[in-house]
Amino acid sequence: MANVTLRNVRKTYPGGVDAIKGINFEVADGQFCVLVGPSGCGKSTLLRMVAGLETITSGEIDIGGRVVNQIEPADRDIAMVFQNYALYPHMSVYNNMAYGLRNRGMAKPEIDKRVREAAQILEIVPMLDRKPRQLSGGQRQRVAMGRAIVRQPKVFLFDEPLSNLDAKLRIAMRVEIRKLQRRLKTTSIYVTHDQLEAMTLADILVVMNGGIVEQIGNPLDIYQKPATTFVASFIGAPPMNLTPLNAAEFASRVGNGGTLPGAPSGAILGVRPEDLTITSEATPAGGVGYDLTVEAIERVGAETFVYGAHAHQAETAAVSANPGELPPGEIIVRVPGQAAPAIGQRIKATAPLDKLHLFAADGRSRIDL
Amino acid sequence: MVENEGIRRYVAHAILWIGIAVVAFPVYLAFVASTQDNALIANGQMSLLPGGHFLETYYRTIFVGTSGTTREPVGMMLFNSFIMAMSIALGKIAISILSAYAIVFFRFPFRMTVFWIIFITLMLPVEVRIYPTYKIAADLSLLDSYSGLALPLIASATATLLFRQFFMTVPDELLEASRIDGAGPFRFFKDTLLPLSRTNMAALFVILFIYGWNQYLWPLLITTHDDMQTIQVGIRKMIVTSDALTEWPIVMATAILAMLPPVFVVIVMQKLFVRGLVETEK
Repeated sequence: MANVTLRNVRKTYPGGVDAIKGINFEVADGQFCVLVGPSGCGKSTLLRMVAGLETITSGEIDIGGRVVNQIEPADRDIAMVFQNYALYPHMSVYNNMAYGLRNRGMAKPEIDKRVREAAQILEIVPMLDRKPRQLSGGQRQRVAMGRAIVRQPKVFLFDEPLSNLDAKLRIAMRVEIRKLQRRLKTTSIYVTHDQLEAMTLADILVVMNGGIVEQIGNPLDIYQKPATTFVASFIGAPPMNLTPLNAAEFASRVGNGGTLPGAPSGAILGVRPEDLTITSEATPAGGVGYDLTVEAIERVGAETFVYGAHAHQAETAAVSANPGELPPGEIIVRVPGQAAPAIGQRIKATAPLDKLHLFAADGRSRIDL
Repeated sequence: MVENEGIRRYVAHAILWIGIAVVAFPVYLAFVASTQDNALIANGQMSLLPGGHFLETYYRTIFVGTSGTTREPVGMMLFNSFIMAMSIALGKIAISILSAYAIVFFRFPFRMTVFWIIFITLMLPVEVRIYPTYKIAADLSLLDSYSGLALPLIASATATLLFRQFFMTVPDELLEASRIDGAGPFRFFKDTLLPLSRTNMAALFVILFIYGWNQYLWPLLITTHDDMQTIQVGIRKMIVTSDALTEWPIVMATAILAMLPPVFVVIVMQKLFVRGLVETEK
């Protein structure tokens, strides 16, 4: 049971590469914190710094009121689940779980009790005598979790633990990890690049990009009010439509000539695919309307994604190329069900004022409407 | 078509059998010679079937020795060779696994320099450095001792390189998991690295045991007493080049005996080797 606090944490590799550029956040006791971001954003490095596997260049990491910068991983009272599970291949499942406890000189009966308890929770009792190679991916994943649980640490650290599983198992394990964490009430930090995993697991979501924190908060708050264009395009699938607008365009395109309060020149307009509606009616007051030519259609069953090119493409300035962001001029519309316009058809998609997001021209800050 | 297949198979088998015969015949001849009477062999009337002196010759070879040049029984030589080969094989494995562990898993100043220095010694086998090595062994009064036979041959770049290659394939996460599990460098080595290296050690042991067993030049130089002689040196000394008669049955029996330990090691370790290959997974 512990808070984890990061104070101005930095990591510079020898050679001058800044992997982490000053990060501050706090995970309260029992909370499930998810670090999410594209690969190379520093999220794994940050987790490994909390674990003690990477040194901290400057700043402080505090676990349960104790600064752990100079403390060995084994003495930080943390347990970690690795992406490739890192089970000891020559040890039985039982010994894999018991190893850490034995190294700490725990009494045999207590070790046995804890291992069996954890095995029960994870439903791996029949596999205790097997070797890791005799287990399926999902079972190995459970053993890796078991190894973390038996330690009864202050903090669980997960480094993309589900990325080696197939899609179906990933969803099942995701739900299980969440249930398990609720039950054990252990503070957890979880790293993933999968925004869906991040949204569903997190109490507190930390969106990272390029070694800095883009936004911290409750997942739904982040979804509803992304602070930067990066967050806007990273959280939510398919990503938010972002259109850079100059003042004239802004006046003409948004709200049918009406103006928005405080809309600066060169701002970036964002609207989520699910907030757009294909309609023949006039654009609602203050809302946005796109005249689109349908270019591609993706049918996934319950919903359909319509990719359209909008007429003003030529005039729009290029948006900084962030991962997951749409090329300028393309707009995605999410349509429920399977009804969709034909390719090449001209359609109009609109969204009301309260569904619009507005960002400063550099994409680094949000302008509240 | 079917007939053709059959003929092809017979031809293939025939070729294989010829190959086996070419390899096995000298060994068979040595065995036959070791069971015949010496006078018969000296006359050039040796038959190709085993004679009746098997027990007598082997008893004399192992426990008594030849009546001529080398008075030491081959039993003692076998023992000397075995001690030497074992010390070399085990010593090489112990030293090289530790040095590879240091080079791969620890960051210390001049790590790569150390690695290259070890690597360069590949170019300095015993034959090249035989004079200085002999001088050092003599100064340390290692002549005519088991340590003198084994120690100078123990430091091994080859085994270090092999272990280094293997250690580099061990995933970093395993080391990190061990660190989080509270295992220090020694525990990680003992509990994780050693068990994972079992197959490599078995394979190396086979190679190094045979390497040690077949040493000729170094034991020849460093031993002068008959009771420190190894079997490879002993065989050579039994063959008399002057006017006395070589006791060929005993020479042949010695040759057969000299072959047995390496064969035995290969058979025993092969099982472990294969089992290890099947069981181990990184």
